[in-house]
Amino acid sequence: MGKFLRKYPISDVIFAFISFSASFVVLSLIVAIAYVLYDESSLAMHRFGVLNFIFSAEWDPVKEVFGAAASLYGTLVTTVLSLMFAIPVSIGIAIFLTEISPHLLKTPIGIAIEMLAAIPSIIYGMWGLFTLAPIMANYIEPFLQKTLGNVPVIGVLFQGTPQGIDLFTASVVLSIMITPFITSVARDALNLTPDIMKESAYALGATRWEVVKDVMIPYAKLGIYGGIVLALGRALGETMAVAFVLGNNHQITLSLFEAAATITVTLANEFTEADSDVYLSSLFYLALILFTLSFIILAVAKFFLLKAERGYSR
Amino acid sequence: MKEVEKIKVEHLYFWYAKSKEPALKDINMSIYENRVTALIGPSGCGKTTLLRCFNRMHDLYPGNRYEGKILLDGENILDKDYDLIKLRTKVGMVFQKPTPFPMSIFDNVAYGLKLRGITDKTELESRVEKALKQAALWEEVKDRLSQPATGLSGGQQQRLVIARALAVEPEVLLFDEPTSALDPISTAKIEELVVELKKSVTILIVTHNMQQAARVSDYTAFMYLGELIEFDKTDIIFTSPKKKLTEDYITGKFG
Repeated sequence: MGKFLRKYPISDVIFAFISFSASFVVLSLIVAIAYVLYDESSLAMHRFGVLNFIFSAEWDPVKEVFGAAASLYGTLVTTVLSLMFAIPVSIGIAIFLTEISPHLLKTPIGIAIEMLAAIPSIIYGMWGLFTLAPIMANYIEPFLQKTLGNVPVIGVLFQGTPQGIDLFTASVVLSIMITPFITSVARDALNLTPDIMKESAYALGATRWEVVKDVMIPYAKLGIYGGIVLALGRALGETMAVAFVLGNNHQITLSLFEAAATITVTLANEFTEADSDVYLSSLFYLALILFTLSFIILAVAKFFLLKAERGYSR
Repeated sequence: MKEVEKIKVEHLYFWYAKSKEPALKDINMSIYENRVTALIGPSGCGKTTLLRCFNRMHDLYPGNRYEGKILLDGENILDKDYDLIKLRTKVGMVFQKPTPFPMSIFDNVAYGLKLRGITDKTELESRVEKALKQAALWEEVKDRLSQPATGLSGGQQQRLVIARALAVEPEVLLFDEPTSALDPISTAKIEELVVELKKSVTILIVTHNMQQAARVSDYTAFMYLGELIEFDKTDIIFTSPKKKLTEDYITGKFG
């Protein structure tokens, strides 16, 4: 630092200090948030332990017994289901945009997809509650029940009275929200396939679909994985859109037509009701679990994206 | 020696999308069966553009336009109804840079065969072996066919790509500056291969390197600014060209 001070004019030193502190603030914020979550949840951690808290499905504010399993289960089911809906659609859109769409349509469709990502999530929630939920309850869910509900093994997923406020509807809303993320990352990744590679496949007499399947997708694979993991992180943390259509019910049910809870929805709904220290502490504990989970997922996504970039530059 | 005409180009014009000026102007030439024909000329003269007409690679990009005829065995391949898949089975192509697909060595060579619906394992194996032997690569890779093709050296990758093109038994093979990314030893191997391959296929090669054209080709076409200036037997082009422009180019006065 001393050398730095002598070598540069004072204005440069001040600017360097400001920009350094700005980036330092970000880092210390993350550490501070993690510390607060840990500190606030220590009471619940003491009372319920780690594994016991994660695997206990009981959430009883009256008896003051809390476990994360029900909301963790809701979080995982909605996340996995929404990815299952969103991945094929997103990759389909990405393939259309890179290879099939006429040039004139590329930009408007691309912008429309990105606009989807810009809609505030509470609006998705309202739309889900007032528009999608009745459609689900009256048409789609009874239909699924009549058809898939009778199939052995998977039929168990479609039992109960379709009310539209359930895991299934929440997953559909979530899948619409994460589609733009996967689509735009997958499109960029597909676009990185060198023209000469595509031409080589066409020169062998490959059709457009064969070029996409055998050359472009293998090339873009890592990029697409990265996009999926980013969307996964987004789905895990989404609150408002899910809160409207999930029903906040702490239970583990096999049926997708039952109300449930996710970690985020529990947090959004219950802080105002938390009347005991251990209740409050348990909510912080849930938040800490979500924080850790998102952190790990983002790290994995970064890893894939970095590896993808390095792969292309070779 | 009796020459058989494999391809005949008649009054060929070509326009890239959104360009008013044609990139190829009134090209007329014959490509003879089992001969190597080299296309030479300075950068931007249209030699690669012409090469890419023979398998209609230009069709991949909207707006490109041809006029005139290219007759392959008497059939006009520029005809709108001409089946491009069939064309590209008959006319293979090797590019400036090696383009192994992200799959194993075996799968790379078998790729074109699989596209044609060949699934019989014994047949695939025998045809992959035959193609790799034709491309003088078999001895180097026979013990590691299942390894990724990207692990091969640049020269090996280029021979692999040639094997991939040969596996579908094309009648014509187009080479677009196939050695521009290779070292001298790999280049020499590819050149030997080109001369060897003309026994079974008709070859067109675009090259920047005039010595290469002189070494490997039987016929040479000299192009300049989208026009075919002179087309003749290679030894005539290089020893007694009829046009002043050709002579200036091959003696290095410009280019």
